[in-house]
Amino acid sequence: MSRGLPTSGSIRRRLTLQLVGSAAFLASLLFVIVLGFTRDVSQQTHDSILAASATSIMDSVSVRSGEVSVDIPYAALSMLGNVSSDRVFYRIAQDDSVLTGYADLPLPDGAPPRGQPRFDTLHYKGDSIRMVTLARRVSLNGQVSDVVISVAQTREGQAAQLAELTRNALQLGLGFFMIAAFLAIWAAQSSIRPLAELAEAVSRRGPKDLRPVRRPVPSEMIPLVTSLNRFIERLRVSLSRSEDFIAEAAHRVRTPLATVRTQAEITLRRVERDENRASLREMIRAIDESSRAAGQLLDHAMVTFRTDSLLREEVDLGALSRELLNRLRPIAELKDIALHSDLPQTPPLSGDPILIQNAVRNLLDNAIKYAPSESDIQVILRKEGAELRLSIIDEAGGFPSGDTDALTARFARGANAEGTIGSGLGLTIAREVVEAHGGRLTIAPSQATSGPPAASPRREGSCVSLCFPMS
Amino acid sequence: MRFLVFSNVLTVALRVISLFCLAGILGGAAQAFEIEDQRRFGPAAGAAGADVLRVLSTTDTDLLAPLIESFLRSRPTVVVDYVTVSSSELMRAVVEGDAAFDLAVSSALDLQTKLANDGYTRAHSPAGRLRIPDWAVWRDHVFAFSQEPASIVLSPAAFEGLEMPRSRQALMSLLRRYPNRFRGHIGTYDVETSGLGYLFATQDLRTSESFWRMMEIFGSLDLRLYCCSGEMIEAVARGELAIAYNVLGSYARARVDLADRIEIVDPQDYTNMMLRTAVVLKGADRPDLAGAFIDHLLRAAWGNQRDPAYPFPRYATAETSPTAALRPIQMGPGLLVFLDRLKRARFLEEWRSTVLQK
Repeated sequence: MSRGLPTSGSIRRRLTLQLVGSAAFLASLLFVIVLGFTRDVSQQTHDSILAASATSIMDSVSVRSGEVSVDIPYAALSMLGNVSSDRVFYRIAQDDSVLTGYADLPLPDGAPPRGQPRFDTLHYKGDSIRMVTLARRVSLNGQVSDVVISVAQTREGQAAQLAELTRNALQLGLGFFMIAAFLAIWAAQSSIRPLAELAEAVSRRGPKDLRPVRRPVPSEMIPLVTSLNRFIERLRVSLSRSEDFIAEAAHRVRTPLATVRTQAEITLRRVERDENRASLREMIRAIDESSRAAGQLLDHAMVTFRTDSLLREEVDLGALSRELLNRLRPIAELKDIALHSDLPQTPPLSGDPILIQNAVRNLLDNAIKYAPSESDIQVILRKEGAELRLSIIDEAGGFPSGDTDALTARFARGANAEGTIGSGLGLTIAREVVEAHGGRLTIAPSQATSGPPAASPRREGSCVSLCFPMS
Repeated sequence: MRFLVFSNVLTVALRVISLFCLAGILGGAAQAFEIEDQRRFGPAAGAAGADVLRVLSTTDTDLLAPLIESFLRSRPTVVVDYVTVSSSELMRAVVEGDAAFDLAVSSALDLQTKLANDGYTRAHSPAGRLRIPDWAVWRDHVFAFSQEPASIVLSPAAFEGLEMPRSRQALMSLLRRYPNRFRGHIGTYDVETSGLGYLFATQDLRTSESFWRMMEIFGSLDLRLYCCSGEMIEAVARGELAIAYNVLGSYARARVDLADRIEIVDPQDYTNMMLRTAVVLKGADRPDLAGAFIDHLLRAAWGNQRDPAYPFPRYATAETSPTAALRPIQMGPGLLVFLDRLKRARFLEEWRSTVLQK
């Protein structure tokens, strides 16, 4: 359908990519924010435990007999051990002298903080450490002195916790992305669905269905559907106008042609000279051909018109065929063609009698026209299952190919039609009628199977059948 | 179950052997720490280029010898050089780094923890699927392979006609009621000289509110101080002591020869469990062998199968835990607190004034 048309990308793919792209962006943003937040919380938690440890040591500082005394509570260090199995260092200093602990623990730059715990990330004994420093002023024998307490912990536990948090945040981001991507694909699919449904509905229409599109569509598609409907309407108007024109033209041509033919026959009786008679006969033949073509064009226009709104009446196919045969018998006898019929009583079918009569007449016309003189034409009606099959078997030499579609195309004529009056519309009309009734037309080489035995040996021919469903 | 044999004859014999070894070492460089004993296990002579695992330990050679031998059975080329020192000497040897050792085995959990905290050890991940309790490992550096209770050893003779105390509370009320019967017959570690005694005492202080009260009662009844568990056990057996407090229960139970003269009580209120631990030292030449030996010790201690070479009592995992009556000393930085210079000075000062009542 769209093969050969240049495409400017796919809406669905573009929509999917854009939505998935924004999902990826949002997921990354979520990851970064969650990670940053949990990092902060984790750092604060660790810091507050360190601060609690240092504070509990600071609380044990007292002045005894003019000396600073520290009684490190057991919990001060064991509480750090409960959080992680990190190494713990501490130092207790009074002014510039270290009272106890790890004397070489690095001191933070700048003055010791007073009142507020100070946190630093430093390097000690080959490891990164987090250290809290607390300072308190004490009075010794009237002298003011600063007690500085530092408690530090290596950061392996924190690093492990951060790795865990990172993994969790990553899983969160990935999960978010997967869900968002799934929703994006679903959204792209569902937003493109009305378009696909419209295309499907339009492409599913029959070749003659030129009704405007009435199905509800999303508001964004209203302009497209409106344009499409306008286009269909223009096409329909233009088609019906040309059909009308053809019918009108055929009608206008046929009536004067009848007059011309009558005049030519009268003249033929009057003229004596052979060459004049011959040219008059040629004239009559040409007039016949034109009038027949015009008749078939009219038939076709009528069929097109009537099939648009099919009439449903009870039709007795046998009686209809018998009446037609009686009407055509004089023409057949002119060519010494014998019309045989085998038309048993069958249940009626429901349809438009005028159309069906037209179809059968066109087929019989064709058969009589193309059949050689002194041949037989058989018309057989059979009930086959749920179908009524009306077959017309001639000895006209058959069709060169069994391609029903090609033969029933407008103005197509068999290869043996040279030199015979005809427009090539007969089979087209028959097929359109039978298909409008839900049946089908088949063309097959004729075989000497059914029907009354012919007096003369059977010649090659074809069997054209109309199959109508009964219901 | 294999029991320890503490025989003076054997000890003398070992001393003689170790003298030969010492002669070889002293010929080289002067050792900065005091060696009590040294023995080589594995292929005789210990050919040059052999795989040598150098173990520095506070555990008697005889005690670990069967485990060392079973370790070597699957390693025919390995030589284990086993050096016995005191726990404080072990600390000094490692910190001063005079001699390269691969492994340090010690009953001083606090000192081992300090070694690990101060960066003298390296991490080891035990091979295989050993179900080691969480409290028996710290930082993947310190691995416990024994639990030995701090017990009270009583002399049944001295308690004739009295009910044996099963808890500290019962012991204290007994001492209050019969002070004269027990005066001068109570013994415990001298915490100033014994690292293990100090660890037990500080853990008591941490666990029990009545520690100082009990020390005061002990002090008022002329407490006698000892350096080691063995001497206390023998003193009880000889009848010199009625009560020996905080004695290594594993040693006391190993003395089957004295079984009818001593009564071993693991106090029901709580019993501190000493953990014997091993660490791979930072400067190890053969950390792989050291790790394999630790795994060997851990398998013997915590494995499903009872190893006949394992010399220490084993407890069901449900029996000992930080919340049970049998309470393993908790590893971790808390142990550093009583190693602090000021804290130790303060504790000893108070201990002296309470116990010695000077």
